[in-house]
Formats: sequence, C-alpha cells, structure tokens
Amino acid sequence: MSNTAKTVTLNMGPQHPSTHGVLRVILELDGETVVKAEPVLGYLHTGIEKTMESKLYYKALPCTDRMDYLAPMSNNLGFSLAVEKLMEIDIPEKVQWVRVCLAELTRINSHLVWLGTHALDLGAMSMLLYAFRDRESIVEMYEACGGQRMMTTYIRIGGLAQDIPKDFEKGIRNIIKVINNGLNDYETLLTNNEIFINRTKGVGVLTAEEAISLSLSGPMLRGSGVKHDLRKANPYTGYENFDFEVPVGQNGDAYDRYTIRVEEIRQSLKIMQQAIDGMPEGPYRAHVPGIVLPPKEDVLYKMESMIFHFKLITEGFKTPVGSVYQGIESGKGEIGFFISGDGTNKPHRVRVRTPSFINLAALPKMCEGNMFSDVVCAIGSIDIVLGEVDR
Amino acid sequence: MGLEEKIPDSIILTSLDKMVNWAHKRSMWPLGFGLACCAIEMISTFGPHFDVARYGMEVMRPSPRQADLMIVAGRVSVKMAPVVKTLYEQMPNPKWVISMGACASCGGVFNNYALIQGVDRIIPVDIFIPGCPPRPEQLMNGIMTLFEKVEKESVKDDRPEWGRKLA
Repeated sequence: MSNTAKTVTLNMGPQHPSTHGVLRVILELDGETVVKAEPVLGYLHTGIEKTMESKLYYKALPCTDRMDYLAPMSNNLGFSLAVEKLMEIDIPEKVQWVRVCLAELTRINSHLVWLGTHALDLGAMSMLLYAFRDRESIVEMYEACGGQRMMTTYIRIGGLAQDIPKDFEKGIRNIIKVINNGLNDYETLLTNNEIFINRTKGVGVLTAEEAISLSLSGPMLRGSGVKHDLRKANPYTGYENFDFEVPVGQNGDAYDRYTIRVEEIRQSLKIMQQAIDGMPEGPYRAHVPGIVLPPKEDVLYKMESMIFHFKLITEGFKTPVGSVYQGIESGKGEIGFFISGDGTNKPHRVRVRTPSFINLAALPKMCEGNMFSDVVCAIGSIDIVLGEVDR
Repeated sequence: MGLEEKIPDSIILTSLDKMVNWAHKRSMWPLGFGLACCAIEMISTFGPHFDVARYGMEVMRPSPRQADLMIVAGRVSVKMAPVVKTLYEQMPNPKWVISMGACASCGGVFNNYALIQGVDRIIPVDIFIPGCPPRPEQLMNGIMTLFEKVEKESVKDDRPEWGRKLA
C-alpha cells in the first residue's frame, strides 16, 4: 500500500471465529469506518442442488438436511411439501400436527444456536454455554424421533420416517419447560445488559423499504417493522389452526432482531403446546401405493407392500411434467423449493431459495458508513448458515 | 530443536519421550475452525453437556499459530482446500489432524465436482472419525485414540509431514 492511499483493505475470513462458518468479507476501511464491505461466497459450495438432480426423490431428501444444518426438519418439510404438491398427495392430520410441532422445535433449535453464537461474538461467552445446555434437550428429542442428533431426515415425502416415539408428548412438554426456564436466563443475561445494548442498538439498521427491496425475509424483515410471516400469509401444513403472534420490531437494528427472535421462541413454545394438547390419532404416513413408501411393519408381513417398497427404493416414482414452488417459514426466513419435474423419476431441476443467501445481501448496506467493530454484530444479526448460503 | 538426533537410544530417550508425550497429550489446543455441520457437534463437544475440558482441551485457538490439533469438521470444497492447507502449514510443530465426519474423510454423500473427496488428499490425517455428523462421544473417542497414538511417539520419529526429515 502506498502512503497516499486513503483506505485500507482488510480481509476477514474465511477462517475467522465470528463469521459463523467460512464466510469471507473484504472490507475497505477509512480509519475505523467501513467504506465498502463485500462478502465473498463459495467456500462451502457443495453442489447440493446438482446432486439432488441425480437422485430419486426419496434419496434427494437427505441432502436437504445438510443445507441449513441448524434447522434440518424445516428443510425436510419444505422439500417434502413441494414434492407432495407436485404429486398431489393428501397428508393425514396427525402428520400435519407432528410436523408443526417439529418445525417449531427446529425454529427454537436454530434460534438458540444463533443466540449463543451472536452473544459470544459480542463478548458474552456464558450465553453460548446456556444456549447449548438447553439445545441438548432438543437434539435428544430429534434422536428419539429420527435416530440421529442432527441429520434426522425424519419428515419424509408423504409423512414421517416412523411413528412418533412413545414418550413424544412427555418429551415435548419437558422441552417446553426447559426452554421456558432457559428464556429467563437468557433475558436476564442480555435484554437489559448495558454492554449488549450498546453493541446492538442502532447497529446494522435497515428501513422497511430497504428490507423489502432487498427481498429479505424472516426476523430480518420483521425487525424492520414489516409484518410478514408465511405461516400467517400463506399457511401450510395446517398453521391456520394455531393461535400465535408475529412479533415485529420498530427500529430495524440488531437489538430489535434479538428481541424478535426471543419472542419467536416464546411463540414457538405456545404453538408446540397447542400441537401437543390437540394431537389427533391416525397413521403416520399417507396411504398412496406406488408413491409413498408403505409402513415398515407392513413391508415385513405383506407381499404387496414389500413389492411397492422394493420398486420405490430402486426405481422411485415418476412425476408429472410441471414445476412447483413451495416456500415455508424456517427460523431464518423463507426457504423455498422450486422443483421442475420432467416426467421421469428424478427431478429435472431443483432450485432452493435459501433465506441466508438472500439475507446476506443486506450486509454491505448494514456495514457501510458504520464502525469496523460493528461488522461482527451485523454478520451475527443476519443469522447466516454457510451451508445454506453456498449450498 | 535439532537435539533429538544426538540423543542415544537409552533410558534417557525413553524417559524424555514419556515426558514429552505426556505434555503433548495433556495440553492439546485445537484450532477453532469449523466448516459445516460437524462444527456444531464440535461446539457441543466443547459445550457444557459433554465438556471436553476434562481432557485438557478447553482452549480453542482461533489462530493456527497457537494451535496444535486441527479438527477438520465438515466438508472441504475445492475453493476451501488451499485455505485448509495454508492453515495446516501455519500451525507450529508438533501438530496433529483429526478428520471429523464422513464428508471430511471421504466426501460423504456428496460424490460430486464441488468437494475434495477426503481431506487426506491435501493434508496428512492421523485419525478419521466416521458419522454424519459424529456424536460428541465419537469425537471424544477419536481424541482419546489420538492420545494413544501420541503416547507411542518418539522425539526421534521421522515425521516428513511436519517438514522434519531426520538424517
């Protein structure tokens, strides 16, 4: 750099503890002020969309877990709903209630990890420990359902992978209790904490117009005061039966996003309570021979079921020609699956509209003109998962 | 230090080995470096429930200059590979590598153009841990296995991957 240059170019990442993965940001600094911030993506590009195109629909489903690995069930749900829309499958009522319950559980999981890492970035180390303490009860529930702590692939096309575990109700009630107690801890630590308020209030401000023009979604959009939630605006999997509030912020800064996410955890607990109280009885998978896998216990004893199972696993099912889009509200925003079927047993094109990728586009706007140390806060408040950004 | 070659094979060497390996084993500082899904399980391992600090590993170092264990937690893309290699080279000797999870070990479910099919293609790996992602207990088992491996090492060992070639 020559002595006459006015700005300094600084490289942040891809190995940096507070970029939440392998994000790289090229910053142009004038003293302590950020002149330009440019995110560089692709360090975790996995080719998931392309891989899904070479797989049968059932076998493409596990790829979705690995995109947003903090909210695996939301991704499963989005993909399953899209395929079900394409194939016009009706889903049993019990499955819908279980799905709502698990989608909300996943939202809490995603928000807890965000809360822990965001607070850690701002210097509150113990917050991470509290968040991961309570998250442990959620991953144990995942394990009871799908047999895996993170990549459950529990929500399948046409239903669930297996019936809910025997102590599902007890487990969910216990989680509601644990998270409710935990929320008091988090709020005591952060909400009125002067350091936290100073670090987040007025940082990364986005107005409602900016948020809409950047096509943001989720808490990023609602933080700027736009009341838009797909669960209310375009209900799917039976969200219209549940009573909950959509919290919105006023200032569009990082502190508002924090309060919104904490409030969303509270609303998710409310939805889970309703789902577990009114859980209907019924089958855990739709009965559509030739498209939906038959229940495992039938496969072992009934010949037709076994034939369908064998055919579905080896050949899959053929979709009609046409395309379908299904968006759902995951913890980070609208995750949408566009699937284009070409009449064969594999998707012709799968395109995922991931909330992290689109929300990340707001980073330059949030940083430019502000102080250098607020960049970390801005990145944290977007709540990005690089697996989802790069896919 | 360059002194190792001059030590004769005797009780002095074995006692020295014992002491050095004990010190290596009991103060292993991992590089705080997560790539993908496995990183979350790695944080869980370092978190309150599993608490790997019991084994002298509580300090995660964000800088490779201060770390001596690299846990490759997640899939390594083609674009990330040079970064991973640079980070490994920046770590001071002695250093060890754990490849955590199916993606880092062999590409996992993603056998495609974008991923390095196993991080051992770019850096030497001591321990492979299977699983997608491995449970925290599995990671701890991997770390224990690495400790056993460290116990068997000698200061006179030829470790060309550390850039040390003994005469």
